[in-house]
Amino acid sequence: MAEEVKLFRNWAGPFALRVVWALQLKGVPYDTIYEDLSEKSSLLLHYNPIHKKVPVLVHNGKPLAESLVILEYIEETWKQTPLFPEDPYERSTARFWARFGDDQLMPSVFNVFIKQGKEQEEAIARAQGDLKYLEEELRGKKFFSGEKIGFLDLAFGWVANLVSVFEEIQGLTLIEHEKYPLLLAWIQNFIDAPIIKESWPPRDKLITKYRARIEFYSSKEAAKK
Amino acid sequence: MASEDTVKLLGFWASPYSRRVEWALKLKGVDYEYVEEDIFNKSSLLLELNPVHKKVPVLVHRQKVISESYVILEYIDETWKQSPLLLPQDPHERAKARFWARFGVEKLLEAAYNALCSLGEEKEKALKLAIEAMEKIEEEIKGKEFFGGEGIGYLDIALGWISYWLPVWEEVGSMQILDPLTFPATTSWAKNFLNHPIIKDNLPPRQKMVLYFLERSKFLSSLPRGWIKI
Repeated sequence: MAEEVKLFRNWAGPFALRVVWALQLKGVPYDTIYEDLSEKSSLLLHYNPIHKKVPVLVHNGKPLAESLVILEYIEETWKQTPLFPEDPYERSTARFWARFGDDQLMPSVFNVFIKQGKEQEEAIARAQGDLKYLEEELRGKKFFSGEKIGFLDLAFGWVANLVSVFEEIQGLTLIEHEKYPLLLAWIQNFIDAPIIKESWPPRDKLITKYRARIEFYSSKEAAKK
Repeated sequence: MASEDTVKLLGFWASPYSRRVEWALKLKGVDYEYVEEDIFNKSSLLLELNPVHKKVPVLVHRQKVISESYVILEYIDETWKQSPLLLPQDPHERAKARFWARFGVEKLLEAAYNALCSLGEEKEKALKLAIEAMEKIEEEIKGKEFFGGEGIGYLDIALGWISYWLPVWEEVGSMQILDPLTFPATTSWAKNFLNHPIIKDNLPPRQKMVLYFLERSKFLSSLPRGWIKI
């Protein structure tokens, strides 16, 4: 049976990377269509008319959006190399933390790097509080999912992928070694994992791209005053 | 009966999130102990069980704590495998259900609640967003009795607030989002949903809801604030 899997993505997108990693870990062949988000292709708009965003996974002509939803779909469709725990309680914990990562941690981390002065101090306090939960979750574990990389590691992959880029751009360390030894160890283990390493976007390109983004948002913040 | 199998649910009577968990438990015939939380005066129990978000609903089962309603719904479906199965069997349909449940909160519920708690231009903007979101929901329900197909399922439960909370907000906010002429399929679904025997017997008292949301809307619209994030 010919299976057709297409992934519409942006080269740098942290959400798309999760999907790439999941497909690679499961050995699912797929085609990539890179989208320039400033000029969305008519095909993308056809497949994701609701949000008009990437990533979009199209499997046998049927589109799916929302990276965490896509990860669950991938798990249910290609059963090799399971990414989710079997136990319902552990699955709910993983889902809870994945959403925490996207809904709370991501904005609080981003704020650290675009705000200034007192607001930045507050943002740092907030983000470090949020990061503490991740540090706690790693206690006694190599990866968030245990011995091997799984769903929650992919969901938190942006932490490994982007935070050090932001830190370099702004000359500010958020994930301090004394405070987050487990998290830093996880980042290194994650980055070094063979499948993950293969799909890592080039760091210099990430720095260029996010430097522009951070400058844009920082000046918006400064203009608010 | 082993006490370790008991189910405890912390909820708030007016919250659509804790109510949807009750609907799921009742549909599956799972016995549970309900603990009412005063969300304006949070108990130390709630803060201990859900330190990250300090919110209801929180489910406690076998001494394990699960929070976030959509996570709880999936836990219920995976733990009590008897009928009705809340999520569809087919992976693509499951993905669609999860997608639309999220859409229902992020785009429709949030906009509707903001319209309720805002005035003037802010209210108009929120209303417009809510109606746009409702158009997408209408497309999804067209031709189906329930979002889940022939029977009530996860997405019906996740969107169930539309059938009961939304009309209250419309009344309190003197606004209309679910216009039966523009959205006949959703309107008809809402009626079916409310008529379901389990749902019908598990709704908060309407008058109490009206008073509660009237107070919330007055309070929140008087504050200088931005978009309320649900």
